Amino acid sequence: MGLMAVDQTHLLSKMATGDGHGEASSYFDGWKAYDKNPFHPTQNPNGVIQMGLAENQLTSDLVEDWILNNPQASICTPEGINDFRDIANFQDYHGLPEFRNAVAKFMSRTRGNRVKFDPDRIVMSGGATGAHEVTAFCLADPGDAFLVPIPYYPGFDRDLRWRTGAQLVPVMCDSSNNFKLTRQALEDAYEKAKRDNIRVKGLLITNPSNPLGTIMDRNTLRTVVSFINEKRIHLVCDEIYAATVFGHQNFISIAEILEEDTDLECDRNLVHIVYSLSKDMGFPGFRVGIIYSYNDAVVNCARKMSSFGLVSTQTQYLLASMLSDDEFVERFLAESANRLAQRYRVFTGELMNVGIKCLQSNAGLFVWMDLRHLLKTPTLESEMELWRVIIHEVKINVSPGSSFHCTEPGWFRVCYANMEDMAVQIALQRIRTFVLQNKEVMVANKKQCWQSSLRLSLRKSRRFEEISMSPHSPIPQSPLVKATI
Amino acid sequence: MRLLSTKATCNSHGQDSSYFLGWQEYEKNPYDEVHNPKGIIQMGLAENQLSFDLLESWLEKNPDVAGFKRDGKSIFRELGLFQDYHGLPSFKKALVDFMAEIRGNKVTFDPNHIVLTAGATSANETLMFCLAEQGEAFLLPTPYYPGFDRDLKWRTGAEIVPIQCRSSNNFQITEPALREAYEEARKRNLRVKGVLVTNPSNPLGTTMSRSELNLLVDFIKEKNNMHLISDEIYSGTVFSSPGFVSVMEILKERNDVADEVWDRVHVVYSLSKDLGLPGFRVGAIYSENDTVVAAATKMSSFGLVSSQTQYLLSAMLGDKKFRRNYTAENQRRLKRRHRMLVSGLQKAGISCLESNAGLFCWVDMRHLLHSNTFEAEMELWKKIVYKVGLNISPGSSCHCTEPGWFRVCFANMSEDTLGLAMKRFKAFVAESTCTQRTSPLFSNKRKSLTKWVFRLSSRDHHREQEER
Repeated sequence: MGLMAVDQTHLLSKMATGDGHGEASSYFDGWKAYDKNPFHPTQNPNGVIQMGLAENQLTSDLVEDWILNNPQASICTPEGINDFRDIANFQDYHGLPEFRNAVAKFMSRTRGNRVKFDPDRIVMSGGATGAHEVTAFCLADPGDAFLVPIPYYPGFDRDLRWRTGAQLVPVMCDSSNNFKLTRQALEDAYEKAKRDNIRVKGLLITNPSNPLGTIMDRNTLRTVVSFINEKRIHLVCDEIYAATVFGHQNFISIAEILEEDTDLECDRNLVHIVYSLSKDMGFPGFRVGIIYSYNDAVVNCARKMSSFGLVSTQTQYLLASMLSDDEFVERFLAESANRLAQRYRVFTGELMNVGIKCLQSNAGLFVWMDLRHLLKTPTLESEMELWRVIIHEVKINVSPGSSFHCTEPGWFRVCYANMEDMAVQIALQRIRTFVLQNKEVMVANKKQCWQSSLRLSLRKSRRFEEISMSPHSPIPQSPLVKATI
Repeated sequence: MRLLSTKATCNSHGQDSSYFLGWQEYEKNPYDEVHNPKGIIQMGLAENQLSFDLLESWLEKNPDVAGFKRDGKSIFRELGLFQDYHGLPSFKKALVDFMAEIRGNKVTFDPNHIVLTAGATSANETLMFCLAEQGEAFLLPTPYYPGFDRDLKWRTGAEIVPIQCRSSNNFQITEPALREAYEEARKRNLRVKGVLVTNPSNPLGTTMSRSELNLLVDFIKEKNNMHLISDEIYSGTVFSSPGFVSVMEILKERNDVADEVWDRVHVVYSLSKDLGLPGFRVGAIYSENDTVVAAATKMSSFGLVSSQTQYLLSAMLGDKKFRRNYTAENQRRLKRRHRMLVSGLQKAGISCLESNAGLFCWVDMRHLLHSNTFEAEMELWKKIVYKVGLNISPGSSCHCTEPGWFRVCFANMSEDTLGLAMKRFKAFVAESTCTQRTSPLFSNKRKSLTKWVFRLSSRDHHREQEER
């Protein structure tokens, strides 16, 4: 009917009429531009290329093959139909035991089998989106806060705050040390919250990071653990990108720190992992979110809350079978890492050729691109202006750093794993054209570029993961960094 | 500082209710024809297990869907990536067509006004988040589905105030009861944001009358900012007259086309009962209020329906012939089961509220209570669960105001098992009657089932019941 004579602000809740859903963010504006004019290789070759969506489309063929070769994994095929009624009828919020077992095994594998996960601690949720909200409901009361290092995934504003009433307090990170999380920054954020009379209930980290694509080193993880333990606050680790790690640096899960670093004091009741299959396996449509908590009370509460977002048993059944196929999983993880590495190499290599650097990374489905040298002024307004140009003239949807709450203007997250090779080439071509057209702007910032080139030429190693896209060395203790700051 | 949230440490999840305790007892000792013939028969779970064969045979004839194929081509990638909270258009279209047919096509639904959610559990909670806040309440007629205490109140902070319904008029909603509930809310300093009804009713199994529905629409029209939520999850389980009338039909009949009341009436639906697919988590909110649809759609991010499932059901429900056959046959089977339960209980001298829908009967065991109290009801219930071996749901768990009523499900087991349950009921009543004769209180001694059966002949017992 849509009759708007009624004043909806009293008719509905504040939650329904307010902006807590966070969709007014610029993060989503780019999507809207893409939706209006989406690129298609033949039907709309001049459309906007979507590089704002962190999806993994590089391995669908592997999963597809497996499904075709394993008809028994579907309850709809002749091979699987005997299980149809039991599965369709099963609504126990504990989930299918075989599903939980398979997920626990998969989580272990993606961490190189260095840790084991207990299937009884696995709680389902409606994607990681649902997992974060449930975790916040379990840990925080309205008004309580979570510390979150910036830049962070814009969806957290909705997932952790909208219906829970919780708050987010930023922990400052910047490019001076490659956005690494430091003890000092954590302390500063915590103290500031205290001064503002905000009760901090926890710290939320995403590792590997979105939008940075970097993984946390052992020291940082240890720092985080000792910080939360000392302050008696929770630690929520979003490890949704765990299996998107490529290259030679190993991903270290918080689970490993708990298991291996026995010298580090930590109350396990404070540690919780959020996981999902949306990025690692590339099927966000199946809505498989997981909460893994070391705290029994949280497991129990989250399980009850999972009633509001259980995974379809049809999907549980399929994945129980798929993720138990050891040979497939090994092959998939290896091939996925290869393809991501390859895509990363192609993309960042070409960007470097036109003088665009990215933060060095070896995980995620995106790069954190440094376009500060293209800004008219180092301001948010300039970033927005540049972003509008990228969307409407270059016709690429990228996500501006400000939508991730980054305090340094000029950074953009660019996703590269959600398209075919050809689309990548076209995107790179458009970027090349744009950069050449903007030579004047680049000349004005020439000094900065020249310095960057100088640093680049000093590096000897040519292995792709060591090619520094950033003006800063990835190793904080490097004399190069000290010399240039 | 408290480690966890208040929500995590309180009891509002409602799981300490006897409704769930009975399930737990069943889990510990579940009946199995072969492996555990003395176990507890589950009659507390409102599931529809009668028509799976119809779904299975459709699947056998439609192999494409299983392999993520459409017209022989794989669409796995498309489906795997599809996470748009607007839902799969073909699924929404099939769903609204199905919903319209259930209502005899007397109303139609616009697919753009449907919000898909993870089951009706999520639909009801989401609607609450959109319509009410802390300090606000919805009025619900008693008895009501125990899960509402969790779904409507737990994380939303909203409150439920009961509209007391009584057996004297078959638990229908009356105007005085409605007004009394409204006053009660005001006394408790709660702002009433609306009424929520389940139609057909759980646990009564009855469809709401036109006059009740009109009463409710009149009521919300009279007040400011009040909504009417109609949970029509059992709409497809209506198996006999007077037939199902949806609140949407009432609105249409009232010719209030230009009336803003359309913005305040919302329907909840799910495929868990009609199609017997609770595992697939398919729920829906239907509203003509654009703001509600917009907000609820965003909230559905927290519990979207798996695209794999949306695709399967878009094909199944999109098959018109299948839809019609299924609905008709399903209702036939439910009617048969209902009759079996009612007559089986009658033989045990137990009557049920006359009903024409749902997967259960609202059973009157007031005459088996040793006193007209809820303590007596609990005592009777424990006996039935532990000694008779039947998990049924006590009326108090559904917030019924009168002790002695129980919800007994009939569609979640085989015919043989239902038959056995009826035998156990009969034997139990015979035993209870005998014991009542010899002592004022029920004995707590454990007696084997065989002893009860031989104690009294069924004919003697039956005569006794007639004498009450």
